[in-house]
Amino acid sequence: MALTGLEIYKLLPQTNCKECSFPTCLAFAMKLAAKQAELKACPYVSEESKAKLEAASAPPIRLVEIAGDDGKLAVGNETVLFRHEKTFFHRPGLFLRVKDSLPAEEIKKQVAAADAFKADYVGIPLTLDGYAIEAASGDPAAFAGAVKAVRAASKKPLILLTSKPDVAKAWLEAASGTRPLLHAADASNWEAMAEVAKAAKVPLVARAETLDDLATLTQSLTKAGLEDLVLDPGVKGPKDSLEKLTTLRRLAIKKNFRPLGFPIITFPGAGGKADDVLLAAEHIAKYAGFIVLDTFDPASLYGLLVLRQNIYTDPQKPIQVQPGMYEINNPKDDSPVLVTTNFSITYFAIANEVEGSGWPAWLVVTDAEGMSVLTAWAAGKFDSERIAKAVKTVGVEGKVKHRKVIIPGHVAVLSGELEGDLPGWTIMVGPREAVDIGAFLKAMWVN
Amino acid sequence: MAVEIPKEKWSGTVREVTLGATREQGGTRTRTLTVGGETAMPHHAFEGSFPHPPALALEVRDRKPTDWSPLLLQAWGAAMDDPAAWAKAAEQAGAELIFLTLSATLADGKANTAANARAVVRKVLEATGLPLAVIGPGQAEIDNELIVAAAEEGKGERLLIGTCEDKNYRTIVAGALANDHVVQSKTPMDVNLSKQLVILIHDMGLPLERIIMDPTTGALGYGIEYGYSVMERLRLAALQGDSMTQQPLIVTPGEEGWKVKEAKVGEGVPAAWGDWNRRALNWEALTANALIYAGADIIVLRHPETLRRLRGVVDALMAA
Ligand code: SF4
Repeated sequence: MALTGLEIYKLLPQTNCKECSFPTCLAFAMKLAAKQAELKACPYVSEESKAKLEAASAPPIRLVEIAGDDGKLAVGNETVLFRHEKTFFHRPGLFLRVKDSLPAEEIKKQVAAADAFKADYVGIPLTLDGYAIEAASGDPAAFAGAVKAVRAASKKPLILLTSKPDVAKAWLEAASGTRPLLHAADASNWEAMAEVAKAAKVPLVARAETLDDLATLTQSLTKAGLEDLVLDPGVKGPKDSLEKLTTLRRLAIKKNFRPLGFPIITFPGAGGKADDVLLAAEHIAKYAGFIVLDTFDPASLYGLLVLRQNIYTDPQKPIQVQPGMYEINNPKDDSPVLVTTNFSITYFAIANEVEGSGWPAWLVVTDAEGMSVLTAWAAGKFDSERIAKAVKTVGVEGKVKHRKVIIPGHVAVLSGELEGDLPGWTIMVGPREAVDIGAFLKAMWVN
Repeated sequence: MAVEIPKEKWSGTVREVTLGATREQGGTRTRTLTVGGETAMPHHAFEGSFPHPPALALEVRDRKPTDWSPLLLQAWGAAMDDPAAWAKAAEQAGAELIFLTLSATLADGKANTAANARAVVRKVLEATGLPLAVIGPGQAEIDNELIVAAAEEGKGERLLIGTCEDKNYRTIVAGALANDHVVQSKTPMDVNLSKQLVILIHDMGLPLERIIMDPTTGALGYGIEYGYSVMERLRLAALQGDSMTQQPLIVTPGEEGWKVKEAKVGEGVPAAWGDWNRRALNWEALTANALIYAGADIIVLRHPETLRRLRGVVDALMAA
């Protein structure tokens, strides 16, 4: 259970020596309780107190790590229910289900195609996280063969789906050298599965339909010596998912309830008639750690990965790019000059668009404190004065022989004022949306 | 072992707001739409009550838009040439509210007029019995001119009118007061600004039961997380009893989702983005879907297929 400031205070030296840079031990204790300070700032805390404080501060949701031949994934260790309260730390892994009943060649082909998927989002590469191999055949040899086939086509981490201990064993041997996730132990097989997982030192999924049964099962597994567990509450549709996953997250974070303090795995495609893409999206926003998809379709995977990136962005730090002048497609002295803000999504939308349009251009990025055009303008961070200052200071005057600058359509109202602040420049009002820049330049930029 | 399930009890409730007025109520609508009334965080039906499902609206324009994705043009076809036909098609596609947006200009490029706004509102009111939102192009002066006229034309129909923002709320609210309408109070992704504008509008004498908040929507990949978190924070504040944040929330994932490159264009984009049609539909649906979990009460969409998919999610969330 997380300790209160007063409980922490009782474990501190209570000498108020200030070396932790707080005026009193109590002030420091309060900061520790709010997780805004670290214990190591106090040099005088006793070993005994340290041990107590560390035990109390073990993460409410265990961090579970799996690894492939190359690349690993750690999920769990979340601390809040809503992203604005701090941030969501460990992005859930998106896995593709592969069935061992297919011929090895077909498996290799499918996995190679999915493994080659790589999209770029604001400079961040987006890919699948791994593969969940299902023992559909029930034959240990077929399963081991499928694991080999997947490993031949991908180095990413694996999840092994079987409830048969003998199949699991064969499969773990085929996966040796990696650290896969084994799915799953349930009320009927847990003892044997625990043994297999323990011998192979891999994390194990506990599967049960109700939270009561799930807690009973994880306690048995913990007693059997397993520490790295993952929960499969067998969620069905959007409603059941929201209730179970919210309750699990709350139990862990608010109640520090250890038996259910583990990451969660979901199978959005297994929910019968639910829209699996939208259910996977719910699981990204609401608390899954591993998500197993049934189909590989870039048209949905790309959107899901972008959603994951957005939800797991640190809300305290807007993503910003460095203000300044950016050159796109080797601009010359007659190339257009465009102005925008330093919110990275805005910047990338415009830079990508201009680059894709083939137009060489100078992009002047103003310091708008990382806000998008409209938000910055509303907040007074993207006004005539700031734009004029940016144009004057980035050195674009020495780069172009014309004196025309294009401002975003959303701030068309600034053009009059900007003419005053940028004497000698013609202010052109560009399109409101980045996607229309190519067409705008084609129509409006004549040399 | 018996796990004790933590439940959260809140003191506040989201306000109920009703759009549309029937004949008995002084309008001509065949049905009305009530949203709000939630007593827990979005769709936490296990600990609160959710008297009304999130409403799904479709956007209809006063004239065929010139900058919409070809995929949307395909979906609506010839209906887009006439706002009345378009509204009817939207009703058939399952919309519970027609979200009529007026363009800044007429087809010939000249500024849109009050007379045109009236004519279009009249036509759409006659074409469908659904409640109606009438929203200007989002430029304060033009909005004032068009929306005041639209408000008069729809007097007594309990329209949702907007855009009602910081710069022009006085005019729009006056129009709502004089003609018995509801306003869309729009602010740029900020909890305090949302709240302040509601206070200002309420101070003019408009009852809180006639204000819907629009916290501004960001598309997937283009700032969705800002709007999402502002909505979660507004809803938490509402449930904690902060009266001026207890308005239902309207979001516009149709408009936002369809203007980004991922949805709008099919050529010259990375192969990793996959099939254009499916990707575009996912873009709108994923944006809308996320906002349902952040507390959206009215979700304005553009594509009928997205409405169908979201209907499935809403039905599942509201199932007993
Ligand atoms: S350094 Fe340790 S003993 Fe000194 S004031 Fe801080 S908490 Fe107290």
